[in-house]
Amino acid sequence: MAKLNMVKALNLALHEEMERDPDVLIIGEDVGVDGGVFRVTEDLHRKFGGRRVIDSPLAEAAIIGTSVGMALYGLKPICEIQFSGFAFQCFHQIENHAARYRMRSQGRFHCQMVIRMPYGGGVRALEHHTESEEQFYAQIPGLKMVIPSGPRTARGLLVSAIRDPDPVIFFEAKGLYHAAREDVPDETETLPIGRAQVVQEGKDLTLIAYGAMLRVAREAAQVLHDEDGAEAEVIDLLTISPLDRETLVASVQKTGRAVVVHEAPKSFGAGAEIAASIMEGAFLSLEAPIRRVAAYDVSFVGFARERATVPDVARVVAACRQTLAF
Amino acid sequence: MPRRVLEPQFAIEHLSILDSDGNLDTSLEPEIPPDGLKRLYRAMLLGRRLDERMVRLQRQGRIGTFAPIKGQEASQMGSVFALRPTDWMVPSFRETAAMLWRGWPIEKMLLFFAGYLEGGRPAPDQHDLPITIPVATQVPHAVGLAYAAQYRGDDAVVMVFFGDGATSEGDFHEALNVAGVWHVPIVFVCQNNQWAISVPLKKQTHSRTLAQKALAYGFPGIQVDGNDVLAVYAASREAVERARGGGGPTLIECVTYRLGVHTTADDPTKYRSEEEVKAWEQKDPLTRFSQYLQKKNLLEERLEEQIDAEIAAAVQRFEATGAADPLTMFDHVYAELPPDLQAEREELRERLEKSAPRRSDEEVPPPLPMRGQRKTSRWQN
Repeated sequence: MAKLNMVKALNLALHEEMERDPDVLIIGEDVGVDGGVFRVTEDLHRKFGGRRVIDSPLAEAAIIGTSVGMALYGLKPICEIQFSGFAFQCFHQIENHAARYRMRSQGRFHCQMVIRMPYGGGVRALEHHTESEEQFYAQIPGLKMVIPSGPRTARGLLVSAIRDPDPVIFFEAKGLYHAAREDVPDETETLPIGRAQVVQEGKDLTLIAYGAMLRVAREAAQVLHDEDGAEAEVIDLLTISPLDRETLVASVQKTGRAVVVHEAPKSFGAGAEIAASIMEGAFLSLEAPIRRVAAYDVSFVGFARERATVPDVARVVAACRQTLAF
Repeated sequence: MPRRVLEPQFAIEHLSILDSDGNLDTSLEPEIPPDGLKRLYRAMLLGRRLDERMVRLQRQGRIGTFAPIKGQEASQMGSVFALRPTDWMVPSFRETAAMLWRGWPIEKMLLFFAGYLEGGRPAPDQHDLPITIPVATQVPHAVGLAYAAQYRGDDAVVMVFFGDGATSEGDFHEALNVAGVWHVPIVFVCQNNQWAISVPLKKQTHSRTLAQKALAYGFPGIQVDGNDVLAVYAASREAVERARGGGGPTLIECVTYRLGVHTTADDPTKYRSEEEVKAWEQKDPLTRFSQYLQKKNLLEERLEEQIDAEIAAAVQRFEATGAADPLTMFDHVYAELPPDLQAEREELRERLEKSAPRRSDEEVPPPLPMRGQRKTSRWQN
C-alpha cells in the first residue's frame, strides 16, 4: 500500500499494464521524453523505448486515426489527448471509426483502445483547457465513458479500461491530479467499468456526482449532516456510459430524493439522462423533483469568473435543502 | 546574410507505358507472366461488368446507392495487383474491382450496398478493411496498420486508396506526415478521377500534381497514367518493394477519370460536358489493355459471357439471402451487451414476436427517389 496522488496512480497503472502486455503502447503529444504535460506518462519512455511510447506529431486526428489502425491489427494503444478541449480535431475518428469498427465489420475487427484526456476546471487555465465534454462521448454507442474521482479509482479503472475490448474514453479531472493522496494497493487492482459506487450510505437523499465533483458532493453531505441532521447517500458514478441505472434507482427507491452534480453545462448533460433514468425506475418512490447542479449553459467564461459557474459546496447544499424541503 | 537555396528544385515523374493509341514503351514494359496478364484483364472486365450490372440493380431498387468505378479499373487493379494476400488493403468506397480481387465475394458487395452490414465483414483470414465512407478518414488507419506490422516485425505492406478530393482533407495531411516521420511500409494510391462530385481538381488544389505533395512529407511521389494498367502496376510494384524493403512510404497519383456518376444519386450533366466525357472514353483502360493482350494472343474467348454468368449466379445468391434479422443489430455494439442494451434487445424481441418481422421499407412509404433513381422497385408495381 502506497500513498499516491492521481498522477502517480495513473502512472502506476500504465507501468503495470505495459509490463504485462507487449501489445499495449502509448501515443500522444509530449508523452515520451517529456513524460506528458501532466507527467502521467513519466519514465515510461525511458523504460519501454520510443517504439512503445510514441511522441506523435502535433496531430490529434492522426493520434486517434493511427491508433484505430493499430487496434485493428491487434495492438492496444493508449492515446493521450493533451486537453479534452482539443479532442474535436479527432472527434470524427472517435465517432466515425473507433466506436463503430466492431459494428461495421460485424465483429471481425474491434478497437481495444483507451483515449485519455484531462478535462474540467479549477486550475486557472485558458480557454479549451477547462471544459467538461463527457456528454458528447456518453451519447455514442460503442464507446465507454469513464471518469475516476481520485487516485485509487483512477488506477483501478485505467487498468480495466486498458484490458477492456471496447474503446474507452477516460477523462481525468485536472483539479484532482495533485489534489489528494490515497492508499493505492501494491498488487494490481481493477474496478468494473459500468458500475457506480455508493461511497457513503444515507437515507434522506441521493447525491450523485463524478470526477472532481465527487469531493464537492461529499463535503455537501457533511454540511447536511452537521447542520441539518440529514443523511445523504453519495454515489460516485465512475462510468458515465454505460450508465449504472440499477445502483441509481436502488438508492432513490430508498431515499426518495435525488440531486445530480456535474461540471458540464446543465442542458442535455449527463444529469438529464440520470434524472430520466431515475424517473423511469423509481417514479413511485420520488418525494421531490430531481435537481441538477451543473455549470450554467454558457461556453468558456475565463477563470476569473469560473467559480461562479462550476458547482461548489454551497450551491449543492442549497439544492439539497430545496429537495429535502419540497 | 544572403538568401540561399536550401533544397534543389524538385521534379516529379509521370509514367506512361501503354498509351491510348496502343503505343507501347517496351523498355518500361513490366514483366507479368501470361497467366497474370489474363487474370488482371479478367479482374478489370469483371469490375466493369459488375459495375454496369449494379447500376441496373440500383435503378430497379434491388440495391441502394453506390459509387460506380467505370473508367478506373486500371488504376485500382494495376495497384492492388502488386500486393500479396498477406499485405493489407484499405479501400475508400470506389474500389469494387480491387475488393473483388482481394477476395470479397460479389454477393457480399451486393449485400453491402443493399444495406446489410454482413456485406462489410471481411473473412477471418482476409487482410482487408471494410469500405470507409467519410473521405480520407481511412488514410490514418492504414498508417496505423503499417506501424503495427512494423512493430510486430511482420513482412506486410499496406496499400490505401482515396480520391483527389481526399487530398484536401486534414486527415490526408496528418496521415502522410506521420507516415513520413515513422517511415512505415505503406503505399498511398490516389485515384485522381478529376471530379469530387461536382468540384473539379482545379478547385481542390493549386498544385501542379497531387504526386508532388509526397515530397513535402519527405518520401517519393509519382504520377502515372491511371488508365494504363501497365504503368500503374510498374509504379505500384516499385512502391510495394520499396516499402517491404524498409524504404518507407510512396504516394502514387493515378490520373484517371470517372466515366460514370459519382454515385447513383448524382447527375453529372449538371457540372461537366459531354465532350469531356467522350474524350476520356477514348482513353478507356479496358480497350487499350485488351488490344495489348490481343497482340500477345492472350485474350480469352467468351470471357464476357463467363463473367456475366458469374455475376448472374452471384446476384441469385444475393437475392436468396433471407430478410435481415433486426435482433442482430445488438450483436456487435460492444464485446458484451451492457444491461441497458439487453433491455432494449428484449423490447425489440417482444415487439417482433407480437408482429411478424417486417422489412423497414414495407412499414412506411418509400422515400422520394434521389436524383437519377427510378421510382419503381420490385416491392411496388
